[in-house]
Amino acid sequence: MLVAPVLVLLIFFLVLPIAVMAAYTFFTFVTAGVETSALTTANWHEFLTDSYYSGFLLKTLRVGAITATLCGVLGYFPAYFIWATTFKHKWLLLLLLIVPFWISFTIRTFSWINILGEQGVINVALLKLGIINEPLPMLYNEGAVILGMLHFLLPYMILNVYVSLESIDRTLIAAARSMGCTSAQAFREVTLPLSLPGLAAGLLLCFVLAAGSYVTPQLLGSGRDALFGNLIYDTIMGELNWPMGATLSIVLFVVLGFFAAIYTRYMGMSQIVKGLGG
Amino acid sequence: MPDSQDATSNPRPASAGAANAGEAAGANSPAVEFRDIDIAYGKFVAVRDFSLSIAKGSFVTLLGPSGCGKTTILRSIAGLVDISGGQIMIDGRRVDDVPIYKRNIGLVFQSYALFPHKTVFDNVAFGLKYRNVPKPEIVRRVGKALEMVRLPGSEKKLPSQLSGGQQQRIALARAIVFEPQVLLLDEPLSALDANMREEMRVEIKKIQKETGITAIFVTHDQEEALSMSDRIVVMNQGAVEQIGTPQQVYDTPATAFVADFLGKANMLAGTVSASATAVLLATGQTVNVACPRPLAQGSKVTVVVRPQKLSVGAAAGANVLSGRVVSASYLGGSAIYEIDIGGKANIRANAPISGRVLREGEPIDLGFDPGDCVLLDEAGQRIS
Ligand SMILES: Nc1ncnc2c1ncn2[C@@H]1O[C@H](COP(=O)(O)OP(=O)(O)O)[C@@H](O)[C@H]1O
Ligand SMILES: [Mg+2]
Repeated sequence: MLVAPVLVLLIFFLVLPIAVMAAYTFFTFVTAGVETSALTTANWHEFLTDSYYSGFLLKTLRVGAITATLCGVLGYFPAYFIWATTFKHKWLLLLLLIVPFWISFTIRTFSWINILGEQGVINVALLKLGIINEPLPMLYNEGAVILGMLHFLLPYMILNVYVSLESIDRTLIAAARSMGCTSAQAFREVTLPLSLPGLAAGLLLCFVLAAGSYVTPQLLGSGRDALFGNLIYDTIMGELNWPMGATLSIVLFVVLGFFAAIYTRYMGMSQIVKGLGG
Repeated sequence: MPDSQDATSNPRPASAGAANAGEAAGANSPAVEFRDIDIAYGKFVAVRDFSLSIAKGSFVTLLGPSGCGKTTILRSIAGLVDISGGQIMIDGRRVDDVPIYKRNIGLVFQSYALFPHKTVFDNVAFGLKYRNVPKPEIVRRVGKALEMVRLPGSEKKLPSQLSGGQQQRIALARAIVFEPQVLLLDEPLSALDANMREEMRVEIKKIQKETGITAIFVTHDQEEALSMSDRIVVMNQGAVEQIGTPQQVYDTPATAFVADFLGKANMLAGTVSASATAVLLATGQTVNVACPRPLAQGSKVTVVVRPQKLSVGAAAGANVLSGRVVSASYLGGSAIYEIDIGGKANIRANAPISGRVLREGEPIDLGFDPGDCVLLDEAGQRIS
């Protein structure tokens, strides 16, 4: 019985919009802002034949992968620290992770302009100190985009890893130590492998969110650093080409969904999860 | 690798840095010795002035209620908690400065603590791997250990594919396979169901005998302690109450706590009367007691009698307590009676059935020999 309301919600907010969008991909584009419901495969044909689109897609996946990997590397340590610390008020450390979410995402992204920009903190300081004569071009490139995404994605990674570390029975580590492991070896044998599900979930989440983002490249990148999300935005809001915009949206949805599916399948079958189930 | 000595020839870590030339170490020293150790968690003192010497090859049980510090003591042997005072010696060597991974100790936890992501083989082989045992030797010894715990051929399974009892047996195999100097078992049976528990009791004891390993077993279950141990250390609130063989702690409890914790003995308060071997109970009866030394007239004592030492019927022993049956439970061979003899608390008798089981409200005579009771002084200490 309880399934019914959930089902209705899912249909209204998930299935229906996607279905409408999928239908749009077969509509005919007439001119900016005008389309007819005459069915055509022209949009799909254009997407599949024009390498402009696939190039965009690959670049987006590359940036997403780089961002997710950096998040994993940089996020594991703070998660481990919060888990391992004997500090009594752990919740305070976790709260600090959540605090950034209280500030609007756009404002947080804008803040990087004040840090990396020509008039930003770093350049002004370096100029004043006489270390450089010209402001360094740190903004409006791929590095700035990735940095901005790291900033907003790291808490997700840290929380994911932390939760999976917290689920590890600490007597396992005591057991490993008592059988001859140094703490580094116990980490490698027990803690790391048992926290991998959290790391993997964090990687997936960061990858999907990074590859689907458009605000960060818009604010911190140049035209060359635009991602697939920006392409969709331009197609719909700039060219007012709704059918093509819908096509690109469905492509992104399917591609990211594909990665999520691989993840679920792989993690679902892995020994790790089976082991944890016991 | 932490230590590179060959575990097959000598289970003692030769590199154990604490080897002290001046200290007598070796064959005659106890397997484990605690000298006045204190352990504190922050300001809270969990264990105080704990001293105990454990002979090689013996099975010693730490018995006490939950929270009395049993786990803390076990962990201190393994090096998982630091002691704040005193010394711990393993095989005659101080281990204060020896890190956990060099202590060569086998640990079995209540929660099994098997590595869920490793197969049974990798779990059992774990300690051997970190002792640089060659691969073929590892395979042989893992196989042998699995046979010993009666789970041969389970190498490829994951812990989640085993039952609780099987998991605990793998945990036992994992702890003994590298021939540690001491085997520590922290309530290893309490997560198992009752049938399995009995079976594992016998099995653990058998394996301990076969291997000749020194075992320290922790439990809050008196039956477990009585049935398995060579010696029992009864603990309460971080301190030792009594150390002795199962029979010693059961028959001659050193304190009121031990008398109560092991088998719920009857505690009859009274005053020594004129004859010095007679005690006038608070309930009005006078009983004769056998006491190793003359008692001061008028001193307050507690007469401790086990329910099993009370016999039912008129032909009872030298002392007779009369009362009324409050409740009776029939156990087949014997019956347990709760009897009101006039005091605040009822007393309990567990007696073989002769004739019929008495019913509620019926009068009853209970008898016991003067030699079958223990006397405690006012402070709850046994008078000896
Ligand atoms: N890590 C810890 N920090 C603070 N207090 C602890 C810790 N571990 C145990 N204690 C306290 O020390 C006492 C003894 O604990 P423990 O040795 O686990 O008892 P037992 O094993 O006999 O049940 C208990 O009062 C417990 O609350
Ligand atoms: Mg305990």
